[in-house]
This record gives sequence, C-alpha cells and structure tokens, in this order.
Amino acid sequence: MTTLTRSPGVTRTSVPAIRRQRRRWTGWQFTWPFAVVFVIAFIAPLGYALWLSLFQNQLVGGNAFVGLDNYVLAFHDPAFWASFGRVLLFLLVQVPIMLLLALTAALAIDSARLYATGFFRIVIFLPYAVPAVVAVLMWGFIYGDNFGLTASINDWLGSSVLAPFAPQWMLVSIGNIVTWEFVGYNMVIFYSALKTIPTDLYEAAEIDGARGWQVVKAIKLPAARGAIVIATIFSIIGSFQLFNEPNVLQPLASNVITSSYTPNMYAYSLSFAGQQYNYSATIAIIMGVITAAIAYVVQLRGSRKEDR
Amino acid sequence: MVRNRRVIHPRARRPFSVTRPPRSTALTLLMCLFLLYALVPLVWLFVNATKTQADLFSSFGLAFGDSFALWDNIARTFTYDDGIYLRWLGNTMLYVVVGAGGATLLATLAGYGLAKFRFPGRAGYFAVVLGAVAVPGTALAVPTFLLFSQMGLTNTPWSIIIPSLISPFGLYLIWVYTIDSVPTELLEAARLDGASEMRTFFTISVRLLLPGIVTVALFTIVATWNNYFLPLIMLSDPKWFPLTVGLNQWSAQAAGVAAEPIFNLVITGSLVAIVPIIAIFLFLQRYWQSGLSAGSVKQ
Repeated sequence: MTTLTRSPGVTRTSVPAIRRQRRRWTGWQFTWPFAVVFVIAFIAPLGYALWLSLFQNQLVGGNAFVGLDNYVLAFHDPAFWASFGRVLLFLLVQVPIMLLLALTAALAIDSARLYATGFFRIVIFLPYAVPAVVAVLMWGFIYGDNFGLTASINDWLGSSVLAPFAPQWMLVSIGNIVTWEFVGYNMVIFYSALKTIPTDLYEAAEIDGARGWQVVKAIKLPAARGAIVIATIFSIIGSFQLFNEPNVLQPLASNVITSSYTPNMYAYSLSFAGQQYNYSATIAIIMGVITAAIAYVVQLRGSRKEDR
Repeated sequence: MVRNRRVIHPRARRPFSVTRPPRSTALTLLMCLFLLYALVPLVWLFVNATKTQADLFSSFGLAFGDSFALWDNIARTFTYDDGIYLRWLGNTMLYVVVGAGGATLLATLAGYGLAKFRFPGRAGYFAVVLGAVAVPGTALAVPTFLLFSQMGLTNTPWSIIIPSLISPFGLYLIWVYTIDSVPTELLEAARLDGASEMRTFFTISVRLLLPGIVTVALFTIVATWNNYFLPLIMLSDPKWFPLTVGLNQWSAQAAGVAAEPIFNLVITGSLVAIVPIIAIFLFLQRYWQSGLSAGSVKQ
C-alpha cells in the first residue's frame, strides 16, 4: 500500500466513530474554501486549456473550431518531440543518480555511524531552500568564463577541458544544478521514512543475527519503498516540467538553449513570443497527460511490488 | 577499508548493537564530500558578495578580494534603481504571507474536514484532489495565464496569490496527519460539551496538528518564495515582481546592446534573498522534521 492510494474509506478511524447523522453537511464547513479556490485555480484553467486546444486562430475566418487538429499538429512537430526527448533523457539519467545519492546519504545518516549526524542532515538539506533562480544564477557564475571556478580550474590545468555550456555538456550542467537543489530534500524524505521503523524490528533482526547490509536490505529498503515511490513521482514531474534552470541559463548560452529546449519552454515561447495560445495550451495538456500517466504507472508498480 | 574492518569486528570489547553501532570515521569522511557539494556554491556566493565588481574579475572564485565590500554591496543592492530591490523583497513577502499562509490554512481545514467528517461528495472530492497531486503546477501555468488574462487579473498580485493558495499535497499531508494524531474520542468529548466543530478545531485539533501544519507551511513558503515560472508569465510591471524574477532581470542587464553589468549586485541580492528562508528552516527544524516523519511518508 502506498500512501498515495490510501482511500478515504479505509482510514484507521473507526467508521461508527464518525458521526453520520445530523452533522451530514458539517464537513463542508471545513472543506468549501479549498474547493472554491481549487475550482478557480485548477479546474477552470484546465477546462479553459482543453477548450482552447480545440480551436485555431486562422488568418481567414478568425477563431475556428478545429477538433483535434492541434493535437495532430503536435504529434508531427519535430520541435516538440526534440524537447520531449531531451527531458526524457534528462529524466532517465539525472533522476536515478540523484535518488541513489539521496538514498545513500539517508542510509548513512540513519546508520548512526556518523559523527555530527544532525549537522550533516541539515547542511545537505539547505540547498533545497535556495530559490531555483538563485541556484542557477550562482551555478551560472561558477560555470562561467569570467570569474567562475570553471575558468580557474581550466587555467590551473592549462587547458579547457571543462566547458559546461558546450552543447554536449549542457544537459549535464543542468542536471548538476537540479541534483544540487533536490538531493538533500529527497534525502530528508527517505530519512523520515527510515526513522519510522520501530526499534524492536532492529532488535529482532539482531537476535536473528542480521548485520549491516542484511538489515539495510531486509528492513530499511522495504520501509523506505513508499517514500521512494513518492520521490520518484515528484522527480519525474520535475523533469518533464523542466523550465527554471534552462530559462535562467539561456542568456549565458543562447545558441545551445533554444526556445524549444524543453516542452515547458516551448509552451512558454509559443504563448509569449508567438502568440499561438491554442497550440501552446495543446502542448501543456499533452505534457500534463503524459506526466500524470507516467506518475500513475510508477505508483501502480511501486504498490504492486509491495503486495508480493 | 577502515569501515570493513569495523564490520568484521562488531563485538570488539564493548558489544555494539544494530541500533547503536560504532561510529565510523571513514563513513563520516565520505559524507564530508556530500557536505562540500552542498556548501561550496553557498560559500562561493558569500565570498563573492564581499567583492567589488573589479575584484570579481581579478581574484580566485573562492578567495576574498582586495577589499571587503559586503556592506557596501548590500547598501547598493537596496538603493540601486530607487530601491527597487526592497520593493521586490516586499512583494515576495506579500506573496509568501498571503499565498503560503492562505494555502496552509485552506489545506489544513480541508485535510482535517476530509479526515474527520463524512459528507455528501466526500469521495469525489478526495479523488479529484489526489489526482491533482500528480498534475504538475507548471503544466497549469500557461493555461492559468490565458484564463487570468481573460479575467483581467494578470499583472496584479492576485495572479500570483490565487494559484499559490492551492496545495493538494499539503492537504494530503494534513489528512494523513489528522488520522494519526487527532483521536476521534477527543472530538466526541468536545461535542458532548457543546462546543461547535469550528471551535473544537481551533482550540483542540490545531494544537495536535501543529507539527503537520508547520511542515505544510514551510513547504508552501518555499514554493512561494522560490516561485519563478508563474510570476514570469503573469507580471510585466517590475513593480509587482518578486525577488526571483527581479534578480533574473538584473542578471540579464549584463547582456545586450545597452549592457550595464551589475554582477556584484546580482550576487549580493541573491545572498540576501536566501538568508531569510534558510533562517526559517534552521529555526523551525524541530517541527518540520517531526512533521515529515510522522505525516508525509508513514505507511
């Protein structure tokens, strides 16, 4: 059972304890404000985007209903698929590396074998509090030729091996920034899951003679599975929606980071540079659907393994 | 490796247990690499915020320059362009207080309501909100802009605040947290005493939920403080910019025809922008760490 699928019907609160009679509508007292804003800020934009995606602003005839033409257009749009391929590659490489690093750090901190555990935990987490824009500006300076560390290292080596803004290295440079921002956050999520393991489980394992890696494999990793599924889902969402990092880096490497570098950047430039609102909405919907579908599959896989 | 040797001799003199193993210097050193990775960019930011523009170019990145210009840089950051930075800082505060504060309140009320009451439409409500957790906020940004521009809301603070008020994940966290830490018997007792549901919530339940609420508040604060995509789309008038968009505009000043680089102000402005949020996290770590372990990932 993953946490995300716990349905409201099977909560730990016993059903008879919840008052059904005379308080039938009381729950809405608490829930209507969220519902109202949710409709304005979530449902309505979603509906409007769907509606927009069915129209086209044509030179002749103005705004016309075109059915699924925009979707057909997107499926034959090389710029869209190139951007999609780029974030997919990013996802397949960066997410496993980041989550593995985070899990390693969480296990190390949870192992009680470190000196100054609390210090490690909080400092490694700190980058999460740094706004993405500040993180990218900072790393952009560090990567830069002017007064960055990269330039200093290259000078010292007497060569120019490090070229963070070269086309072949750009995704790696972005991946490093994203990893820096979120590895500590994921570590804390994993660590929180590990901390909920009851002590008697460890004691039982000790009596059974389990040591070191056996404890990790038999107790810790299964306990962290729910957290790993959640972290994976959020990382997938983050990768597909990649925008801040390439957008802020763009002025530093405008020949590498094109306006359709990621799907989100493409949707953004379609709207704001191209005024193609209908097509932009279509791209946003396609990416939203793909992201949600993959998140859903990951969640299903994660929970199915647990049932075994 | 030293670590392996330790594992081979787990029972050397003092019996170490699985829950209280011996400390490992090798593992600590290994984790120091992690620490360096996290810290070097922040140290770089601090060191370079103390440099003048000339020093930035002439000195090594992680070494101090000829002069210590931190205070001067801070003063110039706050006064540059008629003090626009202060205005951006104020805007960010406004968006955080109203947006993140409101999001926490709404998520807490709704998460609690869903956990403790049965009401018509509850199952559908829950399913829709849980589905929303998987829909990324940025996917909605462009559609929200298109809708808000129809409604004449773009380029106003509302265009930032309204979307910030929704935190499906926050609602989910509070829902889990309520189930774990607010006993229904306690609510029953309050009802027998004749207290209204709202009164019971604000006098009793809120206290029990506090670590969960602080956790949700912190994560919505970070999300609003760091928000970039949404304000970038929604706002065109610099006087409503939050710090993130403003700083990026300053940074962009270095390029182009009328280039007027203010690297030292971008760096100092970045440093000033992260200090409050880091302080909040350090100050409240006891709460959010317990809130996370109790609420977010418990099976």
